[in-house]
Amino acid sequence: MTEQKYITAWCSVFNNKVAKNGMQLFDGKTVSIDEFVVGVYKYLQVQYPKFYKMDNLSKLGWLATEVLLKDNIEKGSYAPEQIAVVLANANASLDSDLRYLASVKDGASPALFVYTLPNIVIGEICIRNGFKGENTFYIAAHFDAAMMYRQVSETMGHKAEVCVCGWVDVFGEDYKAVLFLVETHKEGIPFSETNLKKLFESN
Amino acid sequence: MDGQQLHKGVFVIADNILSPIGSTTAENMRHLKSGESGVQQYIDTNILPDTFSASLFSQSHTFLEQEGDYTKFEQLLIASITDSVKELPEIVSSERTILIISSTKGNISLLETETHNTGLYQRIALHTSAGLVAQHFGFVHTPIIVSNACISGVVAIITGMRLLQSRDYDHAIVVGADVISKFVLSGFGSFQALSDELCKPFDKDRKGINLGEGAATVVLSTVANNRDNLKILGGAISNDANHISGPSRTGEELAWAINEALAEADLTYSDISFISAHGTATMYNDEMEANAINIAGMQTIPVNSLKGYYGHTLGAAGLIETVVSLHSLKEGIILPTPGFQNSGVSKPLNVSAEMFKGPLENGLKTASGFGGCNAALVFGK
Repeated sequence: MTEQKYITAWCSVFNNKVAKNGMQLFDGKTVSIDEFVVGVYKYLQVQYPKFYKMDNLSKLGWLATEVLLKDNIEKGSYAPEQIAVVLANANASLDSDLRYLASVKDGASPALFVYTLPNIVIGEICIRNGFKGENTFYIAAHFDAAMMYRQVSETMGHKAEVCVCGWVDVFGEDYKAVLFLVETHKEGIPFSETNLKKLFESN
Repeated sequence: MDGQQLHKGVFVIADNILSPIGSTTAENMRHLKSGESGVQQYIDTNILPDTFSASLFSQSHTFLEQEGDYTKFEQLLIASITDSVKELPEIVSSERTILIISSTKGNISLLETETHNTGLYQRIALHTSAGLVAQHFGFVHTPIIVSNACISGVVAIITGMRLLQSRDYDHAIVVGADVISKFVLSGFGSFQALSDELCKPFDKDRKGINLGEGAATVVLSTVANNRDNLKILGGAISNDANHISGPSRTGEELAWAINEALAEADLTYSDISFISAHGTATMYNDEMEANAINIAGMQTIPVNSLKGYYGHTLGAAGLIETVVSLHSLKEGIILPTPGFQNSGVSKPLNVSAEMFKGPLENGLKTASGFGGCNAALVFGK
């Protein structure tokens, strides 16, 4: 429980830009969120057709996780159950809630309804990466570094060796994702409330 | 306080269930024991073109003497917390207390009735409701909100248990609520997942779920206030990493969560007296749960589903069903599973079909939901 943990990578996606560990990787210029997420997907040069079926919250979280994990976690280096995902945001799934509700009068769509839960983005991340550990989605008005630090510490104290955690929020054209990779047995930035807050605000 | 010290787990020192069959836990238990269900059949083409069955509050139901500007969702939360803490005013105002709220859709029904604008979007945010509820009672800290599909209630209890075990707080008031409206009904309807009659968990003729509305609260504490206090002993969460709207093909991931929760409780499967399953009465959920229970070696242990009494109460389900199970354990009864007659899962399962009376030691609550999530909670004496 008290073992020091480290932030071994972090990634931010907002303002049409993608950055990893403080270095800008991609600038989508000024475009709509729909165009931006597809731009990032193409930039990453991965083949994952399911990406196009996701809502914007899942697309954003999925893309941020791709960037976060690239060259940082080797497949098979951890058991699937040892990898946890803890995310939070302010708007839950409101972006998809409105799209779903608008569709109901013409016949409710299960493909839209399934995205009316914020934790679906966690499901998409777990499917992509084969993560089977603890997973929880919290709602908060703002990124609460103290709460995130505490919840990730609890999760890692109990079951997990690795945790993908952070903030993924989308509403209309407003979006922001800042994700952190937290590991136990690797060097990095010490995992603390202060460092989470500092890195979140530096983006 | 009699000062009983904690070796493992946390004490449950008070609770409430607010449902269409009762406003207190005692009232709910009384009605459950007489076999009363909140599920009724509805025909309302404004909501759904087809007949559906659900456990809903009557339109004239009042939850609070003074409703103020609180929405139905917030009234449910406030009424449930009020009843559970009525003898514990010092806990509400303590800076050692955290409020944890569980819900899947909160105030979503307002999108169906109110004019859409930025103000409404802010009003329906779960953190807005949490702030209003915290202010109503005067809680010191910003509440924690869990919104993790149908496992939210169980996850909220696990979150509370851990915050107490790490001594971040001494008390956690964990409340869950969800309101059923066209939004949720049409969505489950679009999945062809709703039954028009009473749901039939684990039965060969099961054809889908009943939705339900309600709220429930558990007050967790590091210190007992009564000799009878039961304990939450362990909990774990897992993900199938398989499909966003369908459960695991094997049940291995739920079984893993069950085993982790048991390990944390320092128990083995044979120490469990009964299982309160998720048991939604969909084809795939019940089959997956039967697989998981078999993998965990628990197929001879009595298992029930309470969905036939309450419907699926979404973010409240984990809390309502845990409170019922805690009181079942205390009273030495295992409730039957309304709607169950003949097993319709491919693995053996000891589904509780009749009321059982006898000594019980420990129980297990399981839940699974969209996004491939599973949770397990172990509680006992």
